[in-house]
Amino acid sequence: MTTILEPGDVTTAAKSSSREGLLFEHSKQGRCGYQLPALDVPEDAEALPPSLMRGVIEDELEVSEVGVIRHFTRLSKLNVSIDEGMYPLGSCTMKHNPRLNEEMARVPGFALSHPLQADHQVQGNLELLWHLEQTLREILGMPAVTLQPVAGAHGELTGVLLIHKALSRGGNARKYILIPDSAHGTNPASAAFAGYEIKELKSNARGNVDVDTLAAAVTDDVAALMITVPNTLGVFESDIRKFADILHAKGAYLYCDGANLNSFVGVARPGDMGIDVIHSNLHKTFSTPHGGGGPGAGPVGVSAGLVPYLPTPRVERRADGTFYLEHHYPDSIGRMRAFNGNFGVLVRALTYMRSLGPTGLRRIAQLAVLNANYIRARLRGVYHLPYDAPTLHEVVFNDKKQQEHHVATLDIAKRLMDYGFHPPTIYFPLIVAGALMIEPTESEPKEELDAFCDAMIAIAREAEERPELVRTAPHTTPVRRLDEARAARQPVLRWRKGR
Amino acid sequence: MTPEDSRYAKSHEYVHLDGDVATIGITDYAQKELGDVVFVELPQPGTQLEADNEMGSIESVKAVSELFAPVTGEVTEVNDLLRDKPELVNTDPYGDGWMIKVRIADQSEYDDLMDATEYEEYIQIESH
Amino acid sequence: MTLPNPLDDTNTHRYIPNASADITEMLATIGVDSVERLFDTIPNDVKLDRLLDIPGPWSEIESRRWFRELAAKNKSAADHLSFLGAGAYLHYQPACIDQLLTRAEWLTSYTPYQPEVSQGTLQSIFEYQTHQCLLTGLDVANASLYDGSTALCEAVLLAQRVAKNRRKVVVAKSVHPQYVETLRTYVQNLGIEIVQVGWTNDGRVDTAALREACTSDVFAVAVQSPNFLGVLEDYDAVVDVATGAGAVKIAVVCEATSLGIVTPPGAHGFDICVGEGQAWGIPTQFGGPYVGFMVVKDDLKRHMPGRLVGETVDVDGRRAYVLTLATREQHIRRAKATSNICTNEALIALAANMYLSLLGKHGLRDVGVQCLQKAAYLRKRLSAIAAVTLPFSGPVYNEVVVRTPYPAKEILMDLEHEKILGGIPLSDFFLGHDNDFLVAVTELHTKEQLDRYAAALSAAVARERR
Repeated sequence: MTTILEPGDVTTAAKSSSREGLLFEHSKQGRCGYQLPALDVPEDAEALPPSLMRGVIEDELEVSEVGVIRHFTRLSKLNVSIDEGMYPLGSCTMKHNPRLNEEMARVPGFALSHPLQADHQVQGNLELLWHLEQTLREILGMPAVTLQPVAGAHGELTGVLLIHKALSRGGNARKYILIPDSAHGTNPASAAFAGYEIKELKSNARGNVDVDTLAAAVTDDVAALMITVPNTLGVFESDIRKFADILHAKGAYLYCDGANLNSFVGVARPGDMGIDVIHSNLHKTFSTPHGGGGPGAGPVGVSAGLVPYLPTPRVERRADGTFYLEHHYPDSIGRMRAFNGNFGVLVRALTYMRSLGPTGLRRIAQLAVLNANYIRARLRGVYHLPYDAPTLHEVVFNDKKQQEHHVATLDIAKRLMDYGFHPPTIYFPLIVAGALMIEPTESEPKEELDAFCDAMIAIAREAEERPELVRTAPHTTPVRRLDEARAARQPVLRWRKGR
Repeated sequence: MTPEDSRYAKSHEYVHLDGDVATIGITDYAQKELGDVVFVELPQPGTQLEADNEMGSIESVKAVSELFAPVTGEVTEVNDLLRDKPELVNTDPYGDGWMIKVRIADQSEYDDLMDATEYEEYIQIESH
Repeated sequence: MTLPNPLDDTNTHRYIPNASADITEMLATIGVDSVERLFDTIPNDVKLDRLLDIPGPWSEIESRRWFRELAAKNKSAADHLSFLGAGAYLHYQPACIDQLLTRAEWLTSYTPYQPEVSQGTLQSIFEYQTHQCLLTGLDVANASLYDGSTALCEAVLLAQRVAKNRRKVVVAKSVHPQYVETLRTYVQNLGIEIVQVGWTNDGRVDTAALREACTSDVFAVAVQSPNFLGVLEDYDAVVDVATGAGAVKIAVVCEATSLGIVTPPGAHGFDICVGEGQAWGIPTQFGGPYVGFMVVKDDLKRHMPGRLVGETVDVDGRRAYVLTLATREQHIRRAKATSNICTNEALIALAANMYLSLLGKHGLRDVGVQCLQKAAYLRKRLSAIAAVTLPFSGPVYNEVVVRTPYPAKEILMDLEHEKILGGIPLSDFFLGHDNDFLVAVTELHTKEQLDRYAAALSAAVARERR
């Protein structure tokens, strides 16, 4: 059953709720949001030379604790979240975030440990990291893992630097990295940051990389292929082993963007596919919360030949069962970040892996793929499917049918908000004009998937019968469509007093 | 639509020649493809441009594109209006939305560019 | 081994709602007869024919038991008196912050690509950017970077983009050594050379050496203040030299609470201030997640890496916030982007924003005063101990290098027996400093604790002497 929302049906609560101004506009002289104990040491007037001392920061806030709590609570209500409902952002794996993970990261022995403590003082932390490495090695099927990278793109940079270093040792770092046209933007950006030029590979009619195209492209100056498995259309690269053979025969490497690991975790392993480097976004597959845009973590698994180049320090276990950080790896690319990576995120991820275990992780992939294929089956025919190959955990439609009524992907996305859903990823991958990239994850029950599909079907009907309603959406959100050109032409990037 | 008194590069810059001074901007087709222009980065007066080399960039809400010098020569003037009103590139690409003036070194480079008819044919092909 | 059947309801999991009844219906809609068939595109020779060999699934009860046991193996500020700093500091965190952070709308949302349903995140980032500008005295801040060390890398790469044809960056040796190591990793294939300049007896950058290092191919100069030795740099002297060389001036701040009391980099003419925001009440948690910040002069804003939030209006004219200048970013500009960064540290930046809001105009200064005064008191107490010296004479904020005639690691081990995490040995970072260690003080320390530290150190030195 699908119904069309009338403008009058729209909930007005969001609109009528008073909009929360900037906290800077609530500041009033004399208000106070903190208290410190009285200074209990004798004050030394010469503790700081006057030339180094700044005055009070004039425009900083004077607000009460009540004011701060109300402000951030009210602001929070302007966001939608995964706890409220399906958040089907393709490529982002917006899944349930268990609160046990939060609790474990906050255990004082972890939370109050310091990154530069001596190894013997932080045996619990080192043991945890060691267990996480072991678990990721088994999940990925890779002989070694570094936990240092703190985001997917940071892992990509790490991985490409590893390849560069290994090739340099052989006397020639080479010049190019091959990247399919369907790739995430971080792939070319990371490869460029690591010192490579990019050659783009055209996808074939299925959205895959063609074995022949690849073979022709892998010349002597190609360092690696960076590929996403399954790709950003959700299509598995069935020739992945052949890709590896072609690259390896030329002394080049196979890099896998592990953003889509959720679709095959426990079902297949990158190491068994001939992959040399893979990063895994722990904030995707392993459910550490996205937090409005981070923090994340992007551990990298590598094949045997790349192990000597891994970032330092590395966690190691002595014969007596104690753990230590080994700094001395002369061939290492070096350190990717100060301290020991996003430890708090790593605690959450390991908690999640333990909660799921081998059966749970496999079930994640199975149900994520089932959910995506269910959406695909229900929306097929209603929305155009530009690539018809079988897909795993996500499905990419576009606006071809709706364009006949001058309704575009952006309009459909905005209209979904009126139906209570966060929109899918839009206009990505770039090989699909007007892409709508939907990734439901395993967290969604059938009822939620049905509600989402019903909304999408209703919007398709609206596009035919009442296109203006869709083109002017959203109608029920705290604000409506924004003037993005104005924001970019004369950027206002901070509050100023009296502006 | 496309002014007859100018010539056009494949990278969608137009060149309007007056004596040896070329006025350069981007075409109406290009501004439509880019969408709302929000920022234009141009070379300083005095800069020596080489034909086909990058001379700046143009930024819309959705994309950044490089600008390429259609002719070789020295930049003599830059349209300062674009600093505060980049939208002039959208509203009046051949008029107030011009970008730079260049004293050209080699008239033959200008002659080699497409004329209005050729450019219209070119964009017909490119947009398919 | 037989693999579990997805239709077997003894195999469900609390995080995965759909069970056999749902699965059966869904398979019928899809038109396949089993879940396994959906994986036909994965060739059999790469499919796993067994379950992963990892522990679990565990109940919450089992997980709590195991993780708490691990945590109990640590010695930390949870059960020790800590004086550890060197880029990660234990400060007061107001109770309401963590409560607010765990609200679903903050914790479980993502990057605000759809502004109509993300105004909370967008407005909070706009406020955060405002705080950063006020604190550093510079014009434009981004939404966050990974941490202080990678923020320095991004600053150096920004500077190099601006100063196109130069290839050297001068970095003071007193910049956090792990930041410099990270920078070395980042630039190793980019043809950028890092030149290091040492310090003089006061612990400040050697300006004569700096002048010598600032040749015409230097594109940037980076100094940290308070520096890794705890000493506050002479910003004007550094700016003077760097300006003369036409280099971009980068200030690094590892102890962010110092900005509440020390003159900000922007007031001295720095072009870029980068740093680590952990000190704004973020738990030390073994090194992360923290939050890197970057604030630049207005004319550098279109070169800024990472996300920026700007103000605009919606179609009804209501004020609203949106990600802007996004065309510089990887998802649009790909190989030519200003950075490869995508996921950053939004939730930690939000925590910092809440901290800065609560402390505000007076609290930020009060924290600065307390850190400064308590450290000054401890310095006085320590320098009164025979055989203990404070080798660097320059002005300090809340951290100081302490020297005894004995190996620092032995002294610190001795303090550990007294349940004191007494400092960080400098020998882990610099050759020839075996007897030196860094001691950090914050507003959390009481006079009694500072006295206890002085007494314990005095006793440790005495024991070594015997």
